[in-house]
Amino acid sequence: MKDGSKLLRENFHGMRWNEPLIMEMGTKGERGVLPPQLEEGIKSVVGDPMAKVPAGMRRKEPPKLPEISQPHVLRHYMRLSQEVMGCDVNIDLGLGTCTMKYSPKVNEQLVRLPGMSDIHPLEDEEAVQGMLEIIYNFGQIIKEVSGMDAFVFQGGGGAQGVFTNASIIRAYHKSRGEAEKRNEVITTIFSHPVNAATPHVSGYKIITLYPDPSGYPDLDALKAALSEHTAGLMMTNPEDTGIYNPRVREYTDAVHSVGGVCAYDQANANGVLGIARAREAGFDLAQFNLHKTFSSPHGGMGPGCSAVAVRQEFARFLPLPTVQFDGKKYYLDYDMPDSIGKVRAFLGNMQVVLRSYAWAMSLGPEGILRAARTAVLNNNYLASKLLKVRGVSAPYAEGKYRLQEVRYSWENLKKETGIGTEDVDNRVVDFGVNSYFTSHEPWIVPEPFTLEPTESYSKADLDEYAAIIERVSSEAYSNPEVIKSAPHNSSIPKMDEALLHDVKNIATTWRAWVKKGL
Amino acid sequence: MSTEEKPFVHPYIPNSAPEVREEMLKTIGVGSDVDLYREVPDDLRLHRKLDIPAPFVSEFDLRKHIEGLLAKNKNCNDYVNFLGAGCWQHFVPAVCDEINGRGEFVTAYAGHAYTDHGKYQATFEAQSMIGELIGMDAISFPTYDWSTAAGSSLLMAARIAGRKEVLVPRNLNPDKKMQMNNFCRAAVDIVPVEFDPKTGLMDLNDLKSKISAKTACVYFENPSYLGVIEANGAEISRIAHENGAQSVVGVDTISLGVLAPPSDYGADIVCGELQPLGMHMQYGGGLSGFVASRDEVEYLEQSPSFLVAITKTQCEGEWGYGWAQWENTSYVQRDQAKDFTGTTTALWVLTAGVYLALMGPQGMREVGETIISKAQYAMGKLAGVKGVTMPLAGTPFKEFVVNFDGAGKTVKEINKALLGKGIFGGKDLSKEYPQFGQSALYCVTEVISKDDIDKLAESLQEVVK
Repeated sequence: MKDGSKLLRENFHGMRWNEPLIMEMGTKGERGVLPPQLEEGIKSVVGDPMAKVPAGMRRKEPPKLPEISQPHVLRHYMRLSQEVMGCDVNIDLGLGTCTMKYSPKVNEQLVRLPGMSDIHPLEDEEAVQGMLEIIYNFGQIIKEVSGMDAFVFQGGGGAQGVFTNASIIRAYHKSRGEAEKRNEVITTIFSHPVNAATPHVSGYKIITLYPDPSGYPDLDALKAALSEHTAGLMMTNPEDTGIYNPRVREYTDAVHSVGGVCAYDQANANGVLGIARAREAGFDLAQFNLHKTFSSPHGGMGPGCSAVAVRQEFARFLPLPTVQFDGKKYYLDYDMPDSIGKVRAFLGNMQVVLRSYAWAMSLGPEGILRAARTAVLNNNYLASKLLKVRGVSAPYAEGKYRLQEVRYSWENLKKETGIGTEDVDNRVVDFGVNSYFTSHEPWIVPEPFTLEPTESYSKADLDEYAAIIERVSSEAYSNPEVIKSAPHNSSIPKMDEALLHDVKNIATTWRAWVKKGL
Repeated sequence: MSTEEKPFVHPYIPNSAPEVREEMLKTIGVGSDVDLYREVPDDLRLHRKLDIPAPFVSEFDLRKHIEGLLAKNKNCNDYVNFLGAGCWQHFVPAVCDEINGRGEFVTAYAGHAYTDHGKYQATFEAQSMIGELIGMDAISFPTYDWSTAAGSSLLMAARIAGRKEVLVPRNLNPDKKMQMNNFCRAAVDIVPVEFDPKTGLMDLNDLKSKISAKTACVYFENPSYLGVIEANGAEISRIAHENGAQSVVGVDTISLGVLAPPSDYGADIVCGELQPLGMHMQYGGGLSGFVASRDEVEYLEQSPSFLVAITKTQCEGEWGYGWAQWENTSYVQRDQAKDFTGTTTALWVLTAGVYLALMGPQGMREVGETIISKAQYAMGKLAGVKGVTMPLAGTPFKEFVVNFDGAGKTVKEINKALLGKGIFGGKDLSKEYPQFGQSALYCVTEVISKDDIDKLAESLQEVVK
């Protein structure tokens, strides 16, 4: 067995193509692709297609798009792809809370079959029985994993799934004539920020629970916050710290006792699949990120998919349509008068559901359990190594085992060397791994970094990552300048970040940049 | 919890071999990985195996299983497809599929500017090219779909104007209306503006009667849901501005090689759909929305998501890219967030960039002209079918309403019959727009051939006789 700690990639350098902007490439008159050509038989009948277009709506100047031959467009984007640290090419455990696990290649091939990629969402149910069967059957898996009774996959990402639950909470109280009175949603500071943001967008006043000295959301504060105005509780468990809250049932019971609804953001579910479920913890609504826990790739930030699963009494509020089975045929149920309506167009990202279904059908019950237990094993193994590194700590829950991730702190390093977490983040990338995730805002854990070694990494990978952290720590004490001036080996030189922080100078397009003349 | 007796070694999961697990457990200082779950109380645990199907342990068997399911679907390559209504069948260049299949892009996520440089550059380039297409200078990170983008645009306009009422056309996609209602309900009041049932254009008199000092914005689409090119865009923007309101325009991006960019007719905020620019339909999974605006501080500060922006590096002429306005997003604003963002559609905006780079100005003009020509040809052919009419006089881009009242059959019956002939008929509008009777929304794009259109006309002739 290889010892990963000996694998420190001293000579790593990211691909640096210094590739020009595509807006400045090409030669006038060149073509990258020719679209389908208009047949003579149509041309001769229709004549000038623009004749009937209202004069003011005809484009006067062609758009200033580049004119480039096909091989050069391809080469340009291939080069750019080489300047990206996808999960496929690195030990991508730094992006804690993101669950960067292996996305099986066979699934990438399957989503490209015409039966998936070239079907229209409004085709007759009869024409898409295979698609509906996949959706329905994956729904049964999600129901079993969550313990819930009904499902929908409409949300295009975790945030839209959490928003779906916030909308359902409101619809539920509205159905009971309490929508106005119940105007408060409670969340926790270690839950993903959308658990505060999306109910706020839905019109709720938000109450945020901070951790007690043990790192759990303060139960007394929760009880004090509950009232006839409580609409619901929206939280994660384990929270961003990786700490599983063993008293979670007391939280949900307390919220139920005043008539509130409990929504579980299971974006952090990778350690509890097959171990513990939303139902037993007392939640009414749950949501999973299929692009995290169920292996669908993240696409550089989407498309993803949120699986929302709810108890029976909330099923009538789900976004429409839902996918049902009458024993013979799969069908779309639009007959939902109490539905919240829609959160995303059509049914959502069903290619993500297909990948997730394929993943679950490859693993089965034992495999899914093995994935969860390995993710937790990997996390605790890495933690046991990192907590020996000078300057690293993990506030809260001392002596307890965390599940799928840990929010660490460089607080001691910062105090002793002046090197903080963002400095370290710029240095770790010099050794051939992705940048890491510090923390959601605000930083409750000082100088935070959050690592999540899913089931996809080997012991040698974990050893290598620990060696990088150890190396950077030792540099902080011996040669902090090498960290301050990092990165040294990445695809671009050090950036002028100040420009990005002054709104007057922000340019999101080349034409804006040219106009601003900076 | 069972303590698995036999080793389970799955190809996706390293660290499955017993010796490695033993060694790792030793380092941690526990006897079994089950002990790592001490914090999960017994009564919250699932004391049985998940009741889900047994796995297809080999990749070959898994593939056979999924291929079998997908083969049950009738796809738009084998059938002639006239469905659109928010998701459209367009030509997808091979290079788009090649690039959005690159593992580096597909499996990236939120790495920072130094590790994911190529992703940020490709995103910035896509924004730049979309900016040229729509005539706007500022674009925020993509959102889930056009409907979400439209909702975010309404909220953004309301924040900028400091007003609560938003005017939207009555002839919206009803699904979009539902999505907007649920999304924007708490922050704005949505007031519908009528449309002229003869032309399909916005009813300017109704607009004038409804606009007031309370109006934050007027939203309209080009082309509209019912397919018509909005001829009065400049007048609508003028009326909006006269009342201190924003002009917000939603566009089908593939029309803009031939149709005027919204900046030409006074748009302050522009949103729309990118799916036609290189994304397969994927049962609706190819959608991607964007929100663009004037490049002014008050707009940038109110953008619904973070911004990917360009900056300098230590080397002259070598650009860097990073996230800007992060502090204004739901990630930081939390309980004060005015909108929310997250994992949306990064891979698709990148693909739209590849598409625009391939097509260039000539390709965009050609595809636009081809689509308009084919739509006009199709309308002419269908007009020759007895009992079939096209009630809207406005000029379509690629979609148009077809009425079957004279045929004595419902759209549902007609579409069933067409399906038997290998054709997906247009979207049934009879419930959404009862004023149009038994009507359907037909879509004709550049991938529909003359033969396909002729076949549709012949088939309808047989179905309605």
